[in-house]
Amino acid sequence: MSVQATARTSSDAARANSDARLSVEQVSYAYSANPSQAPLFTLEATSFQARPGEILAILGPNASGKSTLLKLVAGALQPLSGRVLLNGFVTHSLSPKIRAQRIAVVQQDSRLLFPSRAWEFVLQGRHPYGRPMRFETEDDVIIARNALAQVGAEHLSDRWMDQISGGEKQRVILARALAQQPLLLLLDEPTLHLDIGAQVDLLDALRRLAAQNRYTVVVVTHELNLAAEYADQVVLLQRGKSLRIGPPASVYQRELLEQVFQTPLSVELGSSGRPRVSVLSGK
Amino acid sequence: MRPLTLQRLLMRCAALAAVLFVVVVVALKLGAVPVSLYGLGRDLIRVMLGQSRGLSTDYGMIVIDIRLPRILLGIVVGASLSVAGTSFQALLRNPLADPYVLGVSSGAALGAILALIAEPHLAISPEFAALFTPVGAFLGAAATIAAVYFLGRRGGQIDSSTLLLAGIISASFLSAIILFLMTTLIGRDMRGMAFWLMGDLSTPLQQKLRWVLGVGFLAAAGAIYTTAADLNLLLAGEKEAMHLGVDVPRVRLVVYIAASLLTGLAVSVSGAIGYVGLLVPHAMRLLFGSDHRILLPAAAFGGAIAVVIADTLARTVVAPAELPVGAMTAMAGAPLFIYLLRRRLA
Repeated sequence: MSVQATARTSSDAARANSDARLSVEQVSYAYSANPSQAPLFTLEATSFQARPGEILAILGPNASGKSTLLKLVAGALQPLSGRVLLNGFVTHSLSPKIRAQRIAVVQQDSRLLFPSRAWEFVLQGRHPYGRPMRFETEDDVIIARNALAQVGAEHLSDRWMDQISGGEKQRVILARALAQQPLLLLLDEPTLHLDIGAQVDLLDALRRLAAQNRYTVVVVTHELNLAAEYADQVVLLQRGKSLRIGPPASVYQRELLEQVFQTPLSVELGSSGRPRVSVLSGK
Repeated sequence: MRPLTLQRLLMRCAALAAVLFVVVVVALKLGAVPVSLYGLGRDLIRVMLGQSRGLSTDYGMIVIDIRLPRILLGIVVGASLSVAGTSFQALLRNPLADPYVLGVSSGAALGAILALIAEPHLAISPEFAALFTPVGAFLGAAATIAAVYFLGRRGGQIDSSTLLLAGIISASFLSAIILFLMTTLIGRDMRGMAFWLMGDLSTPLQQKLRWVLGVGFLAAAGAIYTTAADLNLLLAGEKEAMHLGVDVPRVRLVVYIAASLLTGLAVSVSGAIGYVGLLVPHAMRLLFGSDHRILLPAAAFGGAIAVVIADTLARTVVAPAELPVGAMTAMAGAPLFIYLLRRRLA
């Protein structure tokens, strides 16, 4: 898995002309109810880059444009201006199949109409590699099994998806993303509805996987402290504007966060050198 | 981990084909006129050897010339409606979707009737005249599903309850128009009304239509089957399917056209038989799981089996009188619909 990823990276290195795998260049977007009216929401030009193995967190209050930015990175939306490059290719212009071989997206919740077993669900991650009418190969099964093992969920393989806990389900969903063997792993609030233990488990797994398999990880989250703990870079958004981009220690300024989240906070440096945010109640 | 293999798929299909064969033999035997199994076997072999002139008795004629074509028609109609139902359920992400419940069958019936009314007034060469009704039914089905789809949206998203209501209301509205047209333009014909509104397999098929029906079924069902793996992912939602590499607009278009075609074909030769597309896919999911690569062929066989059984019952329970086959399928299907609806609301 990692051999393949490394080979692809090195051949494309010249094209990218830097060690960045993901390059978001002056990307903007606007939602409007109809074309003649003023847009209801705008994402102003945003730029950042991420390297293989790096975890980038997108932070911001509700309606700040986090999910829009993630969709633009995923190539699901076409930017109004600017472009998103993955190894030098514009993500929006890739065919759905090629895009799914390079970008895996973990959404907030995966609902199922009819029950399926965890292994069936994980095998769906092999879909972009199959031709229509084709049945899964031995390789697909091995890759899916590895993916389950990598998130520590082999024991869930034969369980029904609607009969496992939220944390277990989130791991199986992550395993499906790994089975896609992507370069870029995108997660939209993966820790929502999880208890703190499950949150830490999931993010530990994510950090380990990013390091081992050299995934570039972009995660949208509300959890300031978890982002500070696990992210290498943070993008702070407010009302469609990226205010600050950089390592957590440089973005987590008390005045800035208080102004963005409209709440009194204190920020201190933890023992690991990463910032910690506490809410000050009773102003 | 036991992914589906071609071998397992073929085994299941062979088992279902065997069940279908047994059902067909029993259906040939049962009826107002009793036929012995021995006589039946002898006559069938004669027909297969091409000696249809040498049929021994009048009973043999009844079996081969009346019952067998009706059973074959039931097989294709049942398979079409069942595959169409399975496809609509995946396409609309609604386990209660069915051509009849969604009003698509009524739309097809209306399209067919309009074609029947318009045909004498248009100068169509006789070769294409046979095609006119199925084409009308297809257009009626396609227009209805498009209308129900847009009526069933709320805030840009398909709302499953609104969708079902839109379908049921459309079915009722279209049935009223059918009754109006049948009464004013075609002449009050109770048998014809029962045919279009409830479904009936007793009308023999013109020779040309047999080919249209057979080839149309294979083409449309085949087209849907090429998207079987995509439909599995589409069940999780269009966004998610797209992220897993499904070309969602293309799949949606193929399934939409092919499922409308299946419904239109079935309705143009047998009227609006209800609930087959609801009952059979659910039964097959219980037996074989929800992987469309096996579900679609299983639904085709299951639909054929179900309609042949229902039609045999319709022919025999009140013999020598006959019920419309749609009455039989509705008696079995409507309670199941209520059960599934209650379970979903619970």
